Amino acid sequence: MDKAILGCSGVAVRFGGVQALADIHFAAEKGEITAIIGPNGAGKTTLLNVISGMVTPSHGTLSFEGRDITSLPAHKRAWAGMVRTFQNLEIFSNMTVLENVTMGCHGRLTVPAWHSLLRTPRSRRLEDEVRREALDALEFVGMSDLAQATAKDLPFGKQRLLELARALAARPKLLLLDEPAAGLNIAETQLLADLILRIRDTYNLSIILVEHDMELVMRISDSILVLCFGQTISRGTPGQVQKDPTVIAAYLGGDED
Amino acid sequence: MSYRKDMIWLAFFFGVLMFAPMLLPNNYYLTILILGCLHAMNAVGLCLLVGHAGQISLGHAGFYGLGAYTSAYLSTTVGLSVGLSMLSGVALTVVVSILVGLPSLKLKGHYLAMATLGFGIILSILFNETVDITGGPSGFVGIPRLSLFGWELSKDVTLYRAVAVMLCLFVWLSFNLLHSRVGRALRALHTSERAAEAMGVDIARYKLLVFVLSAAFSGIAGVLYAHYLTFIAPSSFGFMFSVEMIVMVVLGGMLSVPGAIVGAFFVTVLPEFLRAFENIEILLFGAILVLCMMFLPDGMAGGWNKLWAWGKARLSGAAHG
Repeated sequence: MDKAILGCSGVAVRFGGVQALADIHFAAEKGEITAIIGPNGAGKTTLLNVISGMVTPSHGTLSFEGRDITSLPAHKRAWAGMVRTFQNLEIFSNMTVLENVTMGCHGRLTVPAWHSLLRTPRSRRLEDEVRREALDALEFVGMSDLAQATAKDLPFGKQRLLELARALAARPKLLLLDEPAAGLNIAETQLLADLILRIRDTYNLSIILVEHDMELVMRISDSILVLCFGQTISRGTPGQVQKDPTVIAAYLGGDED
Repeated sequence: MSYRKDMIWLAFFFGVLMFAPMLLPNNYYLTILILGCLHAMNAVGLCLLVGHAGQISLGHAGFYGLGAYTSAYLSTTVGLSVGLSMLSGVALTVVVSILVGLPSLKLKGHYLAMATLGFGIILSILFNETVDITGGPSGFVGIPRLSLFGWELSKDVTLYRAVAVMLCLFVWLSFNLLHSRVGRALRALHTSERAAEAMGVDIARYKLLVFVLSAAFSGIAGVLYAHYLTFIAPSSFGFMFSVEMIVMVVLGGMLSVPGAIVGAFFVTVLPEFLRAFENIEILLFGAILVLCMMFLPDGMAGGWNKLWAWGKARLSGAAHG
C-alpha cells in the first residue's frame, strides 16, 4: 500500500439512526483517478466529506501519504495538500473570479497576519505571487478573460470551472471532485472529462471523483468503488465493475431506489 | 475599489479632518467632531467584523465602556499615569474580547450575537452597580485629560487632531487588511464557511482575529473618550449604543469603510438636531435600519455608487444625443 496516497480503513458514519457508511475500506493510488459511484443515497458524498474532514467518522481511520489524518481538521487537510470541490457550488459569490481563485492559495502561500495588517514588503510580494498563480490557474481552465467578473454573474458551467481553478490554485496532491458534471450538458461534460485528464497529467496529482455520469466515469477512471446503502458492493477497474452482477442489480434490479 | 483608490480617499479624508476645525465657529462643533471620530473608530472595527466577516456583535459598546472605565479607574483612583492607564485599558479590552470570542466564535450561526448581547448587558450592569469603582449611574468624575508622553493636550483642537490621526491610522490598517489574504479570507468565510475551510482557512482563528481587532479599536476609542470628556456615565455604553454602532455600519453600506465613517458621523450629528424631541432618535434609528434594508441594501456607499453611475450615464447620454 506504499503507492496509496489516501487510505480509508473501516470507516463508518452514522447520522442518528441512519447508517450512512459502514466499514468502508479503500485506497486511492498515486497518480490515478479513483471514482466513487452508486445509486442515490449510497453515501458517496458522505465518504467524500469524511475524506475532506467535513464529517467525522464514528469508526475507522484515514491516512494521507502514509500519515494518519483521522482527527485532522478540514483546513489542515487542505494545508497537507488535499483540496475539494462541491456538488452544490460553493463559490464566494460576492468576490471577483480572480479573488475566488486566490483563495485557493490561502493555505499554501502564507504570511503572518501582522504583515498583512501593516502591508509590509513581504506581504506585498506575497500578494503579487498569489495573483500570478491565480491567473495561471484561471488560464489553465480557459477563463483568463473573466478574471475581473463577479463570480455570481457567471453562467453555471463557468462557475463549475471556477471551482476547479480555485482548487488547482492550491496545487493539491489529491483533488476531490464532488459530482463535477452535475448540471452540465453533454458537450460541457466532454470538455470536463478532457480537462480532468489534462489536470492529472499536467499537475501529476491524484483524483477522487464522485459522479453520476457513467460515461464520464468509465472514460476517465482508473479504478472504481461502488457503494450501495453505505456498503461497498464492488471495486475494480471500469471493465470489471461494469460486468459485476451485484453492480448491475444495484442499478437496475434494485427494488428500492 | 483598488488599494490605490482607497489610499487616495484616505488622504482626502485626512485633509478634511485636519482642515475642518478652521471652519468651525465654536467649540461645540469641535466636540461633535471628536465624538464623530470616536464613533467612527468603533464603526470601522464593526465594518470589518460585521460587514466583511459577517459576524454580528451586539456588545461592542461593552468594549468601548470597558476601555473607558478601566483607564478612568486606573488613572484617577489608582493614580497611574494617563499613558499607562490607557495602555492597560486597551490591554484589558483585548484580553476580555479573547475570552468572550474563544468559545462563542467556534459555534456557527447567531451565537456570537447572543453571546455579545449578554456580554454587553452584563458589563452595563457592572458599570451601574459597582458604585465604589465606577461611581454608578451618576458617573465617574475627575478623570485626567489625555496626555501623550507627559504632555497634556489641554486645547481641544490638539486633542481633536490626535484623535483624528488615530482614526486615520485605523482606516489605513483596515484598508491594508481588506486588500490582503486576510481580508479575502474574512469575506470568504462570510459567504461559505465550508468552502473557506476547504481552501485551508482556519475559520475559528480568523473570526477571533477580526473580533479582537474590532474590540481593540473600540477599546482605544473608549480610552480616548474617557480622557477627552473627563467624565463618563454608564448610559453611554449601554445596549442602545451597540445598536447605534450597527446602524452606523448598515447605513454606510456594510462593506465600505468610508461608508461606515460617514454613517458614524451621521448618527453622531443627527441627535443634535433632534434635541428638542426627547428620545425620538431611537425611533429614527429603527426607521433608518428598516428603510436601509428595503431601499439601500448597500447603504450610503452603494447609493453613492449608483448615483455616480447614473450621473455618468446621463452625461454621456447628453453628449451623444
